[in-house]
Amino acid sequence: MTLQLIVFIVLALFIAVCSVLAVTTSRILRAATYLLFVLFGTAGIYFQLNYSFLGAVQLLIYAGGITVLYVFSILLTSSQGDKAEKLKNGKMVAGAVSTLAGLAICLFVMLKNEFIPSHFVHGELDVRTIGHALMGMEKYQYILPFEVISVLLLACIVGGILIARKR
Amino acid sequence: MEYTILILILPFLSFLILGLAGMRMKNGLAGTIGTASLAGVALLSYLTAFNYFTGGRTAEGIYPTLMPYNFEWLPFTTNLHIDMGIMLDPISVMMLVVISTVSLMVHIYSFGYMKGEKGFQRYYAFLSLFTMSMLGLVVATNIFQMYVFWELVGVSSYLLIGFYYTKKEAIAASKKAFIVTRFADLGFLIGILIYGYYAGTFSFTPVAGALVAAGAMIPLALGLMFIGGAGKSAMFPLHIWLPDAMEGPTPVSALIHAATMVVAGVYLVARMFPLFIGYAPEVLHWTAYIGAFTAFYAASVACAQSDIKRVLAFSTISQIGFMIVALGVCTSMNPHEGGLGYMASMFHLFTHAMFKALLFLGAGCIIHAVHSNEMSAMGGLHKYMPVTHWTFLIACLAISGIWPFSGFFSKDEILTACFQFSPAMGWIMTGIAAMTAFYMFRLYYCIFWNGEWKGRSHGSGQDTHIPHESPLTMTFPLMFLAAITCVAGFIPFGNLISSNGEAYTIHLDMQVATTSILIAIASIALATWMYAGKRQPAADYLARTFPRLHTAAYHRFYMDEIWLFVTRKIIFRCISTPIAWWDRHVIDQFFNFTAWGAHATADEIRDMQSGNVQQYSIWFLAGALILTLVLLI
Amino acid sequence: MMFAGIYGFFTRRNLLAMLISVELILNSVDINFAVFNRYLFPGELEGFFFALFAIGVSAAETAVAIAIIINIYRNVRNIQVKNLNEMKN
Repeated sequence: MTLQLIVFIVLALFIAVCSVLAVTTSRILRAATYLLFVLFGTAGIYFQLNYSFLGAVQLLIYAGGITVLYVFSILLTSSQGDKAEKLKNGKMVAGAVSTLAGLAICLFVMLKNEFIPSHFVHGELDVRTIGHALMGMEKYQYILPFEVISVLLLACIVGGILIARKR
Repeated sequence: MEYTILILILPFLSFLILGLAGMRMKNGLAGTIGTASLAGVALLSYLTAFNYFTGGRTAEGIYPTLMPYNFEWLPFTTNLHIDMGIMLDPISVMMLVVISTVSLMVHIYSFGYMKGEKGFQRYYAFLSLFTMSMLGLVVATNIFQMYVFWELVGVSSYLLIGFYYTKKEAIAASKKAFIVTRFADLGFLIGILIYGYYAGTFSFTPVAGALVAAGAMIPLALGLMFIGGAGKSAMFPLHIWLPDAMEGPTPVSALIHAATMVVAGVYLVARMFPLFIGYAPEVLHWTAYIGAFTAFYAASVACAQSDIKRVLAFSTISQIGFMIVALGVCTSMNPHEGGLGYMASMFHLFTHAMFKALLFLGAGCIIHAVHSNEMSAMGGLHKYMPVTHWTFLIACLAISGIWPFSGFFSKDEILTACFQFSPAMGWIMTGIAAMTAFYMFRLYYCIFWNGEWKGRSHGSGQDTHIPHESPLTMTFPLMFLAAITCVAGFIPFGNLISSNGEAYTIHLDMQVATTSILIAIASIALATWMYAGKRQPAADYLARTFPRLHTAAYHRFYMDEIWLFVTRKIIFRCISTPIAWWDRHVIDQFFNFTAWGAHATADEIRDMQSGNVQQYSIWFLAGALILTLVLLI
Repeated sequence: MMFAGIYGFFTRRNLLAMLISVELILNSVDINFAVFNRYLFPGELEGFFFALFAIGVSAAETAVAIAIIINIYRNVRNIQVKNLNEMKN
């Protein structure tokens, strides 16, 4: 029972509980808050994996940027006292049934399967390595997706402005 | 002999031209095109006949069977295939001459008769179609080609009988003709199929071994084929269409219902004659009995008819009966013993075509002059229409069998053949010949003598319109045919056509000849005594004494009513109605049900497209899970 | 986390709540990739970069989605999913 395992279990429980709460609560702003907590938990998992860069990116973009975006849009579009109505039974049952079925199948496949032997390489992932990989032009290096994603981000910015501008 | 294909192509081309472009032409041009192509056909036929009969015989002493064209049209198996081609042998060449001559005469005659009629071009187009079909029938190389052209002839007959399509009786008559002959053709087709299956081929000369092996199927097939022939040739009881077919124009009656189409059945039996003699002699004798009965029936009905075209129609039925009897009494292929009837039948076909066409065309002239078909509107016409009168008299003498006209020779040979078969048959046919003479001269006297012309046309009281002789276009064919009737008897027919192909010299059997002439003269005398004078006391006395017999004969012994009863009450009610019910309620309802099912299912499924994205995604996940399960298991 | 997100996507009626569920799904996938990379393929970095780029793409997509939602809000005045059924039948 190493410390690692305990931390992982705590984080995992935290994420699970918060995500279930995020989808079942009736108040939208609470859902956004629970989402924030989930994002924090995810970043914690990344840090535990020694992927510090990834965890930092997660915190910056997701927890910092996207959550703020959600909160803004919720406040913009929700009218006062707008609570979600009681859900129709049929819809909830259908959703629950299919979800649980999917969960069961996934768990079954995962536990049945034999993964290749795993080993944990201790040690931090070097930012220098990440940088070289991101900007390199060799076989396993990611300059092309990097450029593409920058174009994508540009497109999204332009698109977002176009869609949401005032007429 | 390759030019023989033109004999078929010329009338077909003229049919196409007149049919497609006829309405834009003037009447005269259309008639000229039709007549010119027929003149070409006639010349080619004479040329063919001349070349064929002077072309010499083969080593066995018979005329060869030439097939200038014979190509495979529809193959069923390697052995069984339908061919199309032209076959020249003695009877087909003779038929070519007959058909083209009569058709040419009718074309010329129609110039005058149909003058001013609406649909003149259509008439000539149909005449060309008919001529082509009949010519194709006689030169057929195999039974199936004959069947194809047989049906074409039926169609042309339908079109021509119903030419006056605004007249209700004409439409009914054309339908009746087509349906009755089509019904008979069902038997013909079944016979062809059975024959083709067992003989392994459709041609007229199958392998003998296959026929012997087939046993009793060959007589069955030949009998069925004869049924088809009986329909076309108006044998009892399928004769009902011919008297009604007189609704068509008179030249049509001359061409189709006297000389050519109605002899198709006779031609069929003649064509299959070697097979009949070899494998089905009993069937042949049965055809003789049917033919004899038909001849008697038709002659007795003809004695009581008042419409001149009906008299001639029944006379045709009777004479065709004679031809069938002549074929039926044959017992072997040797013309010297038992095979005489073949030659006699073909000879009679030739001469009958000529004088019956002459009679019909003459009747057309008379109808044209007095504007009525009934004998009551005629009488004393010999003064006004000399050419018609003399040609009509020649034809009546010919049909009664008086020397030296052609009918004497051909009828004599038939009677001789009948006497060779059995004395009973011979005396019966002689009796019918006597009736023939009687009713023909009854007809002659009622039209041309029987007192003065009083201008009697029913319905309009005193009519001062004087009947006049017809124009040259109408009288020239009469004279031409009369000339043929005078000399045709002296053609050495047996040298050209006989049952086994060898030359056969016709010699008159003096006993039969004298008997037949004496009986004919006696009948003519009887007719003269009864009808030539102004009044007919004897005829009226007979009609009064046997009223029911007279009415029955006038109504053709109610055969039409019997047929109507059979079709309406039995066939329509018991067979057709259930089938119609089944079709409407079961088959159609099945399809309605499938359509309803599709509709209902669609209505149910439509709710799946609710526009609700979440519902779509639930189905999406469900589908993915199912696929996963399928792949797992 | 993923199935929680799926359940939320099926069940919520507010468009923004649906988007939040989608975020949950995406995050779960990122964790998956990172862990596989770390434990099963220690020498390579593909999972790491996939997760990195997935975070970036998800951010972009969220931005555009919220822009669209705001546009919808302007036209229909609320953002309930059941009002958006133009593709019905």
